[in-house]
Amino acid sequence: MAKQPAAVVGVGQTHHRAKRLDVSMAGLCREAIDRALEDAGMTLDEIDAIVVGKAPDLFEGVMMPELFLAEALGAAGKPLLRVHTAGSVGGSTAIVAASLVQAGVHKKVLTVAYEKQSESNAMWALSVPLPFNMPVHAGAGGYFAPHVRSYIRRSDAPTHVGAIVAAKDRNNALKNPYAHLHNEGTTVESVLASQMLWDPIRYDETCPSSDGACALVIVSEDVAAASPNPAWIHGTVMRSEATTAAERDQVNPQASRDAAAALWKQAGITSPIDEIDMAEIYVPFSWFEPMWLESLGFADENGGGWRLTESGGTAMDGVLPVNCSGGVLSSNPIGASGMLRFGEAALQVRGAAGEHQVDGARKALGHAYGGGSQFFAMWVVGSEKPSN
Amino acid sequence: MTRTLSAPVTVAFDYTRSTGPVVGRFLTGLRDGVVVGGRTSAGEVVVPPLEFDPVTHEPTTEFVEVGPGGTVTSWVWVPEPVKDQPFDRPFAFALVTLDGATRPFLHALDVSSPDEVSTGMRVRVRFAEERVGAITDIVFEPEIGEPAATTTLQTVDPVTGVIVPVSLDYLYAASPEESAFYRGLNEGRIVGQRCPTCQKVYVPPRSACPSDGTPTAEEVEVSQTGTITTFCIVNVPFLGQKITPPYVSAYVLLDGADIAVLHLILGVDAAEVRMGMRVKAVWKPEAEWTYSLENIDHFEPTGDPDADYDTYRHHL
Amino acid sequence: MRDVAVVGFAQRQMPEFDGSPTCVEMLVPLLAECYEQTGWTRRDIGFWCSGSSDYLAGRSFSFVSAVDAIGVIPPVNESHVEMDLAWAMYEAWLKIQTGEVDTALVYAFGKASAGVLRRTLGLQLEPYTMTPLWPDTVSLAGLQARAGIDAGVWDETAMAEVANRSLTDAEKNDWSIRKGGSSVEELLARPMYADPLRKHDCSPVTDGAAAIVLAAGDRARDVRETPAWISGLAHYIDPMGMGTRDLTRSPSAERAAAAVDLSGVEVAELHAPFSHQELVLRRELGLADDVRINPSGGALTSNPMFSAGGIRIGEVASRIWSSEVSKGVAHATSGPALQQNLLCVLGSTTEGTN
Repeated sequence: MAKQPAAVVGVGQTHHRAKRLDVSMAGLCREAIDRALEDAGMTLDEIDAIVVGKAPDLFEGVMMPELFLAEALGAAGKPLLRVHTAGSVGGSTAIVAASLVQAGVHKKVLTVAYEKQSESNAMWALSVPLPFNMPVHAGAGGYFAPHVRSYIRRSDAPTHVGAIVAAKDRNNALKNPYAHLHNEGTTVESVLASQMLWDPIRYDETCPSSDGACALVIVSEDVAAASPNPAWIHGTVMRSEATTAAERDQVNPQASRDAAAALWKQAGITSPIDEIDMAEIYVPFSWFEPMWLESLGFADENGGGWRLTESGGTAMDGVLPVNCSGGVLSSNPIGASGMLRFGEAALQVRGAAGEHQVDGARKALGHAYGGGSQFFAMWVVGSEKPSN
Repeated sequence: MTRTLSAPVTVAFDYTRSTGPVVGRFLTGLRDGVVVGGRTSAGEVVVPPLEFDPVTHEPTTEFVEVGPGGTVTSWVWVPEPVKDQPFDRPFAFALVTLDGATRPFLHALDVSSPDEVSTGMRVRVRFAEERVGAITDIVFEPEIGEPAATTTLQTVDPVTGVIVPVSLDYLYAASPEESAFYRGLNEGRIVGQRCPTCQKVYVPPRSACPSDGTPTAEEVEVSQTGTITTFCIVNVPFLGQKITPPYVSAYVLLDGADIAVLHLILGVDAAEVRMGMRVKAVWKPEAEWTYSLENIDHFEPTGDPDADYDTYRHHL
Repeated sequence: MRDVAVVGFAQRQMPEFDGSPTCVEMLVPLLAECYEQTGWTRRDIGFWCSGSSDYLAGRSFSFVSAVDAIGVIPPVNESHVEMDLAWAMYEAWLKIQTGEVDTALVYAFGKASAGVLRRTLGLQLEPYTMTPLWPDTVSLAGLQARAGIDAGVWDETAMAEVANRSLTDAEKNDWSIRKGGSSVEELLARPMYADPLRKHDCSPVTDGAAAIVLAAGDRARDVRETPAWISGLAHYIDPMGMGTRDLTRSPSAERAAAAVDLSGVEVAELHAPFSHQELVLRRELGLADDVRINPSGGALTSNPMFSAGGIRIGEVASRIWSSEVSKGVAHATSGPALQQNLLCVLGSTTEGTN
């Protein structure tokens, strides 16, 4: 049995900020939801079901907050699901929402993902001291920085490639009114001059901590017919592996490679670099752009990633524009960050990305990962209905 | 001896909540000495006001002062209060429809026996003398005698945030396999377990091999010397940090283990730490040992030649 | 829709689990039981989904190491919900319905005894004006129970009848952690605890885990002679507000009942952690008097957080596999005072699965 066609017809997001002190959690979610519904030309009452996603409950100090939010989100009297799959959750949540339509169960599904990091401290929430366990001695970037070093060693990358990514994404963010960081005048030189935090990761190469939300309206084929520019879902995939396993490849995890292979197959794509017009890839630390480019099959696994980045291939006018929205490096409401990638990909193929639109984008990748690079969620969306 | 090591742990944070305009309006009222309800599109007066109307889904914008008197619509006795409830001796929670409201509102009722409560009884809101704009500024009390005078305030700045302390007490247990590992550390040994299926040695041991799901059982003591596979130099100060930067956090692949552990590298200039560097465990004085990997204070270079890249490249 | 059946089920329930909050040690033998029942290995599973709660464990990402119990090389198609097992199963059922996979294994776990459960659950409430008062689960249920008593919808005798039947049935369930029925009179003679609730009106704090295996069409028929076919699966949520709801009703349960076909149901496993909640559910589901309610003893006698709802599905499925019944309904709940409810109708034939 084949999946029922499904399309994104509404995308909404908040203005992401370090602290959105003007809104409650419900208000934050509704800001994204109302924009998505307006985009879709729908009202909350028309929605069949709602899927909520966010990262750990300790961030906001509410256990299963979707329960108290249900009424404000318009979910009262409707089915409501809550997904939580670590940092990939925004992507996983969109995929679960899509599956409600692809399974033929519902026709109009609303999905929202959010994080209100200002309610607590993410560093605390992620590393609550536990008895017997050694306290975290390296801080937030300390987990990923060694793997970046491994990548640099394995691929013989020049050490300024991370700065190229950071400068590109921060400049892309200037074209995105919703982005958290609008740092004018960021250059490769200014990134290289920023403080080295977790060597080899510099301050300007790390993501901010944001409050924000993202919402999507995903509908069935007949409903999508009323939309002037639906983003058709060509493939979705989720893959997981262990956080720590003997000899696990932490630079290019097998779950990532498997996910990409399954995704391209589903979407009927044989040469991703030629067939994908732009990608929104989860890059919380600059070096993950070249790392994921290789893992996703956009470039060869022996340094093709950094070569592509260094050549300008991932810039707005490159062969594969990556993170035209400014990406996670410019806005990081953790639970929503994955859905933002998925939503920005949809905006691109709908021709609705505004100033950061890639001309003629017809197929785009939305990508999210989480934990210690062991959870992956990805989708491909296109301006044309999938033929398979 | 129990199978597992356990110890109490408290997970606590004072959450800084931004309230948005509707909840903020309600809390502003409490601070100023009045209870505010919200009118819905269906004409109900709900306390606290709903942030969004249940029918129109629009934000609530019409507010109504209610109370301070009201009627109990349901109640329950709380014989054994839990931490942080409004009273630390038995009391009642009650649903009370305040005068002017159409829906009841949940709060604590200051009574000392269940005999003092009944459905339909009259109660009133009692305001604390010192108020901050939080739900804990008030409780219900029976409508008996004269109410204490409430100083009402005419404040200018609305309440936009509230601090909610959340402190939870748990008894944390390590898994049986982790417990064996920590017990070993308490004896100055580093004990892993071998997976019977894939033969990999896990340090610390897991309840099941992450690769194949097989429970691991065979204990293996591994070497206290190993190789740095990869690392980062921590230059940044952060909350709870114990060592002054810069210092090195590294993955150390102990000889005899098939997975690296994350630990500190000291006794060498951070700039001189290399992938492949051979290091050994430096233990704290035995008197300070406990059931923790912290018994190993840090790792330091052995001075031996670096390990060949090929011996650890598949651990990156 | 595809024909999908429950073909495997395993459970553990205990007062205090002597192990880590990740529960990996408990999950490994559970998964092994599922493999034994189905004759499969982990590589036969197309999709995995788990349910658990970080606040139950007291740490973020408590579900992350649970995948160790699966063994995840090669990597797996996997998801997680911060919900009960029953909703994890719903996500897996969806995945099968999309045609992407034919089989799924879902599991859930929780070590409720690690903290003060009734207080921890206070964190589920509206965080600005409710949680700061720390209304505990028992208190919220007590407010609901009294609302029904005052309205004349039920009385203490009806509640005691539920408790007595549950405690009696629990004697036949090895996993129930509270058992031993007596008589309605004897139960009513026991002291009040959280007036109007007596202790036997409240489920005991329970640690545990459970797993359910789903398969589509012939994959299900290969496993069992009589798979438990899912002919209806529906869930809805109500607003949380204790003041804005009619606490004697559960509109979301009523709505779920209307979305499935309950005619001819012989058995109902209702996830009612408090005695009066069974009475609410029986009314919302419109169950006939001859429907056998909670033959397992129900959640009133054993209520492992995050798996107790799914266990209801497993209990009904087991009775279909054994041909004890040909049609049954399982119910799961979440949130304070029956806020969110799911119904799963299971039958011995594929009739109604479309």
